[in-house]
Amino acid sequence: MNQEKLSTETEIVVRMSGVSKRFPGVLANDQVDFDLRKGEVHALLGENGAGKSTLMNVLAGMYRADGGTITVHDQLVDFGSPREAIEAGIGMVHQHFMLVPSQSVTENILLGLDEPRFRMHLPQYNRKIEQMAEQYGLHVDPAARIWQLTVGEQQRVEILKMLYRGADVLIMDEPTAVLAPSEIDELFNTLRSMTAQGKSIVFISHKLHEVMDISDRVTVLQKGAVTSSGVPTADVTRADLARMMVGREVVFRIDKKDVEIGDVVLSVEGLKADNEKGLPALRGVDLNVHAGEIVGLAGVAGNGQSELSETLAGLREALDGKVMVHGEDVTNKSVKSGIRQGISLVPADRTLVGTAPNLSVTDNVIMKNYDQSPIGHGWMVNSTEAGNYATELKDDYDIMVPTIDTSVRLLSGGNLQKVILAREISSDPKLMIAVQPTRGLDVGAIEGVQKLLLEQRESGAAILLISEELEELLSLSDRIYVIYEGEIMGEVLDGDIDKIGQMMTGTRLEQIDTQGDA
Amino acid sequence: MTDTDMKKSASRFKLPFSVKIEPRVDDPPKWFSPMLSVIAVVFALLIGALVIWLGGGEPWKAYAHIARYSFGSVGVLSDTMVKAIPLMLVGLACSLAFRMKLWNIGAEGQFYLGAFGASMIVLLPVLPEDAPKWLFIITMIISGMLFGALWGFIPGFLKAKYNVNEIISTLMMNYIAIEWNNYFIYAVWSEGGFQMSRMFQRNAWLPRFSDLGKTIPFFRGLTTHMGLLFAIIAAVILWWILAKSQWGYEIRLIGDNPRAAEYAGVSIKKNVVLVMMLSGALAGLAGMSEITGVVHRLQGAISPGYGYTGIIIAWLAKLNPLAVILVSILFGALILAGREVQPSGIPTLIQGVIIVALIASDYFLRNRVSITRRMEE
Ligand SMILES: Nc1ncnc2c1ncn2[C@@H]1O[C@H](COP(=O)(O)OP(=O)(O)OP(=O)(O)O)[C@@H](O)[C@H]1O
Ligand SMILES: [Mg+2]
Repeated sequence: MNQEKLSTETEIVVRMSGVSKRFPGVLANDQVDFDLRKGEVHALLGENGAGKSTLMNVLAGMYRADGGTITVHDQLVDFGSPREAIEAGIGMVHQHFMLVPSQSVTENILLGLDEPRFRMHLPQYNRKIEQMAEQYGLHVDPAARIWQLTVGEQQRVEILKMLYRGADVLIMDEPTAVLAPSEIDELFNTLRSMTAQGKSIVFISHKLHEVMDISDRVTVLQKGAVTSSGVPTADVTRADLARMMVGREVVFRIDKKDVEIGDVVLSVEGLKADNEKGLPALRGVDLNVHAGEIVGLAGVAGNGQSELSETLAGLREALDGKVMVHGEDVTNKSVKSGIRQGISLVPADRTLVGTAPNLSVTDNVIMKNYDQSPIGHGWMVNSTEAGNYATELKDDYDIMVPTIDTSVRLLSGGNLQKVILAREISSDPKLMIAVQPTRGLDVGAIEGVQKLLLEQRESGAAILLISEELEELLSLSDRIYVIYEGEIMGEVLDGDIDKIGQMMTGTRLEQIDTQGDA
Repeated sequence: MTDTDMKKSASRFKLPFSVKIEPRVDDPPKWFSPMLSVIAVVFALLIGALVIWLGGGEPWKAYAHIARYSFGSVGVLSDTMVKAIPLMLVGLACSLAFRMKLWNIGAEGQFYLGAFGASMIVLLPVLPEDAPKWLFIITMIISGMLFGALWGFIPGFLKAKYNVNEIISTLMMNYIAIEWNNYFIYAVWSEGGFQMSRMFQRNAWLPRFSDLGKTIPFFRGLTTHMGLLFAIIAAVILWWILAKSQWGYEIRLIGDNPRAAEYAGVSIKKNVVLVMMLSGALAGLAGMSEITGVVHRLQGAISPGYGYTGIIIAWLAKLNPLAVILVSILFGALILAGREVQPSGIPTLIQGVIIVALIASDYFLRNRVSITRRMEE
């Protein structure tokens, strides 16, 4: 929309030329050229591990480049820290927020600044921040404490933090991965209002439709090198983008084979559970999943999905109701007995729950079977077997990592997700609960994961797919349940998007049907 | 506003070389962390030297003296070992708990209870006075370790069940343990009004090298006792548990990310209790071996703070059980020969500097520092 305004003579704010960055075993950035114009949204695309985060971390002063130059407003810069970068007007919003939960929004924004010096005139700063929020459509209460905010609101605080420090270049690393669809729309409105006021934005995402929607130009990285540089988004299609990233055609349609539906594997009746704060999160959930079936669970984030997945895996106490797996009552059984019974869980949070950051890839992939033969051997862990297993998974799932002894905290987001998926799928689960399994994966990898899920289905596993992405749910699931405020609103067999949408906002299926009849 | 900010940073004063500090992007090499330990020790010795020099002493002479009186002959080496044995065992106790980020600073109290548990066998008495030596040794080991484990179990249980902070509870339990022992030496087992029990009979002593002195003259007068064997066996077993066993894997997993451990089906509560008990048992074994190998009676002040020194040893050894053995010998020397130089000042100071230097050195594990000349950039 503001493409018309942009012409080639617009001012270049940031120019990176020939930037290289090497990590042990990988060349993460290979002579990358990148430029950012005033008032544009420049999307950065690439497969997992292509080097997008690294490039932007270099620009934001987190890493030093091994070679190449960076100019900001035609001045040569060499940032030694994020602080120096923000002084030059470059701010980055990371995927993992760096906020103090017990402090207010204003306090978080002021943290680390030179003023106020001795006395905090909070009301005065509250007003200032309110004005700034108003200016860019970033709705958040300056006096609220961080822990009270939703993920989307926390993200707005991070953006405000950067704006308050005078950022005129904002780098957003996969900002939409954690947001609900409505929040994404709001974020996009904010981004548009920022560019209209002369700010420039680097936008990283794996979701091509978002890139098509918000960006003015696109740069594509492949294995650390630029393959397409600053292409106007208006000139390309979504399929073009996919091809530019992966280097081959990507099929967006998946072909689902007909599979004989088997016995009931999971059946849940009247399940109730509380969330961390002790408030009811599940208020009597009923659902079932059969062998050879992918059942989707749709819903806006925070309506009990994560609590449901945890309760099913034995991580959260069920207060009422019943969970049956293969006809056996497993309500409130231990996590271990669940694992033994073939329940596997891809958790929503890969760093907080899914992995141990300072342990090696090997130690992370054996998390579920370290005590089972052949890796578990008597009291021991057979390290040779464990190593072989890790190598096998690394090759099969194409996990990009220098060695299997590397700590997983050094992996790129997508590769970390692959470590988890590899571990969970390779255990040949009878029941698989997958929460946002493709979050943060590139289109090629998503295709791979979806294939894997379908293979599991064909081999007779029961899969409960919990996702906020309707498109994914629709293309993979045989049936879809919709959850709202801890209750199942109804079940859709034919993928009727209208019905799902209504149920996601709290209308029960019966109500919709009666309306239809009337 | 941003333009002026930028110019400010660009026109800042520049040195002819630049020091780059960046977060580490790789795992540091294997030798790096032990090297930091060595540097911390050297640094502490240098500070100690400075203080001795400021006080008008001659640092190098003092250190040479320490070295001579701790490693100079078989005799003093044996004395160093005697000092090192309790340190090894409490160092192992702390290393185990710290691996799981369980801050057991109660090794001191567990040490006292271990000493009590061993003494009880003789003084209650549990065994008749003329029971065979081997029977005494075995029962005393079991009893000492059990009492130490009990003293570890209490804070472990409180943590698992009621989430009581183990730092506070283990520390408080130290005072209870010391007073518990005092009660027995003042009131119950007091010998002739002195605050100590009677001397144990000889068949309740741990064997020493000097016992072999009659047949092998070389061993004559060497007081190193069987506790050394306990410590070495314990270190090897602990190393094996942590590095190779499934339980060790669980401990490492919990230590790194408890939520991931829970998700992998590892019971955190059970492991908190078990690890605290084993940690307590090791510290109890230290108390047992000190009482039966060196002191030969129950009395007050049997530990000059071994339990706390064990914390420093564990960190200096980077929680590696085999390294604990080596580090303990160094500390044994420092305590023994340091006393020759000065009863408490310098050796304690050196220990203190070591721990501060170690904590500070963590910075270099997390960041990489490189210095380059400006031209080269
Ligand atoms: N700190 C690090 N140490 C070692 N290797 C690293 C480090 N950070 C990134 N890498 C490696 O560099 C490459 C590029 O990683 P980067 O995080 O930039 O990828 P990305 O394009 O952001 O991928 P994703 O889409 O998965 O987030 C990967 O192979 C990754 O494993
Ligand atoms: Mg990334």
